[in-house]
Amino acid sequence: MTVASIVPPRLLMEGIVKRFGATVALGGVYLDVRPGEVHALVGENGAGKSTLMKVLSGALMADAGRMELDGRPYDPKGPLDARRNGVAMIYQELSLAPHLTVTENILLGVEPHYGPWMLWRHAQAKASAALEQLGVDIAPNVEVRRLSPGQRQMVEIARALAVQARLVVLDEPTSSLSSSDVDKLFALIRRLKAQGISVVYISHFLEEVQEISDRFTVLRDGETVGRGETARTHPRELAAMMVGREMADLYPASVPRVGEVILEVADLMGSAKPQSASFRLRRGEILGIAGLVGAGRTELLRAIFGLDVVRSGKIRVGAYVGPGSPRQRWRQGMGLLSEDRKKEGLALGLSIADNLTLPKLSPLGPPGMILPSRQASATRRWIDALAIKCRSPWQRVGTLSGGTQQKIALARLLHADVDILLLDEPTRGIDVGSKAQIYRMIVDAAQGDVAVGRQAKGIVLVSSYLPELLGVCHSIAVMCRGVLGPPRPVSDWNEHRLMLAATGQEESP
Amino acid sequence: MTASRNHATRLVLPEPWVGRLLAWQESPWIHSLGRFLALAVVFGFFAVCVEGGKFYSPRNLENILRQSAVYATASLGMTMIIISAGIDLSVGSMIALAVVTVAWVLDWHVATPGASGGTQVVYLVERHPVLIPWLALLAGILVSVVAGICNGVAIVGLRVVPFIVTLGTMGIFRGLAKGLADEKDIYPHQDTWLTRLMDPTLTSNDPGWRTWLLPPGVWILIVAAVVAALFLRYSRPGRYMYAIGSNEETARLCGVPVARIKILTYTLAGLFAGLAGLMQFSFIGGIGQPTSAVSYELFIIAAVVIGGGSLMGGQGSILGSVIGALIITILYMGGQQMGWPKWVQEAVIGLIIILAVVIDRLRQRETS
Repeated sequence: MTVASIVPPRLLMEGIVKRFGATVALGGVYLDVRPGEVHALVGENGAGKSTLMKVLSGALMADAGRMELDGRPYDPKGPLDARRNGVAMIYQELSLAPHLTVTENILLGVEPHYGPWMLWRHAQAKASAALEQLGVDIAPNVEVRRLSPGQRQMVEIARALAVQARLVVLDEPTSSLSSSDVDKLFALIRRLKAQGISVVYISHFLEEVQEISDRFTVLRDGETVGRGETARTHPRELAAMMVGREMADLYPASVPRVGEVILEVADLMGSAKPQSASFRLRRGEILGIAGLVGAGRTELLRAIFGLDVVRSGKIRVGAYVGPGSPRQRWRQGMGLLSEDRKKEGLALGLSIADNLTLPKLSPLGPPGMILPSRQASATRRWIDALAIKCRSPWQRVGTLSGGTQQKIALARLLHADVDILLLDEPTRGIDVGSKAQIYRMIVDAAQGDVAVGRQAKGIVLVSSYLPELLGVCHSIAVMCRGVLGPPRPVSDWNEHRLMLAATGQEESP
Repeated sequence: MTASRNHATRLVLPEPWVGRLLAWQESPWIHSLGRFLALAVVFGFFAVCVEGGKFYSPRNLENILRQSAVYATASLGMTMIIISAGIDLSVGSMIALAVVTVAWVLDWHVATPGASGGTQVVYLVERHPVLIPWLALLAGILVSVVAGICNGVAIVGLRVVPFIVTLGTMGIFRGLAKGLADEKDIYPHQDTWLTRLMDPTLTSNDPGWRTWLLPPGVWILIVAAVVAALFLRYSRPGRYMYAIGSNEETARLCGVPVARIKILTYTLAGLFAGLAGLMQFSFIGGIGQPTSAVSYELFIIAAVVIGGGSLMGGQGSILGSVIGALIITILYMGGQQMGWPKWVQEAVIGLIIILAVVIDRLRQRETS
């Protein structure tokens, strides 16, 4: 403790504020990292970890706050400036140039050169030295695209060392690694530590945090809510600090009136994820799937919907058995709401009517024709029923707010009148008011409406927001590293248990 | 940490020569071997099928070289552009602009009142027989370099994709060429050494000219290709072109001056188009024809793609592109000499382009 008070911290971030328009991404974050320590930065999805690290690496400018590096003010002008100051980022999505060699990637931007010419021997020596410092055995002349993901990560870390890094930030470094590669990575982190290099380790996986880090900082909703020494803190306490919020009255109560099984998935295995998934979905049921980003939840939905390869396992949709293309799935009565509204979910340049009626154009005119008037009247029905705020059915979707766009994406599934709705993060990035309306739509769809002849539907809801899963779903299954746990009634779960299961702490409640 | 059996990890080698042998396997020469093979097959096909051995007569071989030199020279710049994940559709128009500029400078003249009352036209090339051709050469290259800079600056500054920018400048440069030539062919007053740049040497009657061995234009190509290959392989800007094409965001994060490198890429492409323009000027007989080199951009892009360039960026080689240009020329000329109808020639060239890319894709899947 006395040493820490004399030696200035390697990194000090104080009162860091970052706003994006009206949303406050960071509301006064505090973080200090000592020389030669591994500091874990933990928090739920969207807690602000990545934003904070972007500020640190110069990719974003903070609106307020101050940073110090080894006791001297630090204010990076950009990523290169941060690199020159010895702050190296290793990003979640690996950022290497696949066609260049290992040497070239390690030294990209800082090559030894004489005039315009590269000094190859010099470069080779430097790259080899960086690889040797890491104790990894990778040939420096190989193109990076021929390396395994684990080897690529080593190259990224070598890139950090080539510029004499003082502080290395690892953002979710294990999400793309096999377990033997994780062991190698940890050995390497310990080596860096022994050389006096500080490491900021960002991870959801609490067991990893427990194993590798000396101290931790917990972020929640853009604020520092806890700090301490890892050895003295139980993972349960960490999980509690990460979650720590109350349930709001956002969620409409619904009584499951379950009918026959309409979707059955057994031992489903995709190309990389999911590794194994089994569940049954009944008419009228809302099944939640919890898990961390990268656990394989989106891939599960995509595999069921025929967008990704199915390696083995069984899928039964109503009376149909076997894999199918998305086109077949629509015909079999299944619809998917993509997590990426802008890229996959909606055609932003087209009108509400065009978007909403796309999967089911057939009743909108004589055979082979689509009458705009009928398209519009069909759309108007949904605009009224769901209270969608817009000028006309022909308004371009791109001009609407995120919440309204999401309602249209969901209304598309309702218009197609599918029996099975696969919803991937249906409330991501939308305001609370729209969220409440989306929840209402989901619950209503599950219950059906006999008066207008709409049958109850089965819904699979993937979400990273635990309160919404607990509030809306009838049963929840947790996915961890590609494996889907057994679905259990919602009464068996709470946020704490979900978090533990999602981080691999506990198999089941 | 047991050594993995992955082929990418360093092997403990018994003898240094084994290492050298393995390193050789990674060398670009071996990568080009398949393309040399394709070149040999295409050439062999016509050598056998064109009757009387005419196809491998010195005259014909020289013609193949002369014709392909224009494509190959322009493809050097296109290779750099495609490696950095760009495209240049304006290269044909740039060549035409250079052709017209050269002829326009050679054609400079002033009208002075003559002694006998009428006006007398004086051609500057008569008064300055050394200066004017050099001026014409510089002007032709300069004009294309400026055109290349315009492409680069527009792509970087306006943030418009290269396809659209160069689609636009394709029209602009062609228009300028026609405007400069007043929509007519320019016939310079007299022939200069610029006109002879691509004249046949081996089959020439002039023994002095024969000592050149190859037309000067082909020598220009050879020197330019060597320089371009060294530049791409051993210089920082050259490696940055690969880095940008491979992963632009990473390049930016690592502090590569992406905008400057892109402008440099298009500028160099302009330089090579200018050189190609000089050759084209001579090849078509020393006239400033604003409608020459139409649709050359397609042949040039095809040459790069056949040579292993990927339109997704990060891949491509100078040697490959030169071979690609040769293959296209041989197909073109061979088809003519076989008496194939024009439509068959065109369809065959199209087919070969697709085939080359498909084979390349299959080969890569095997190695990775």
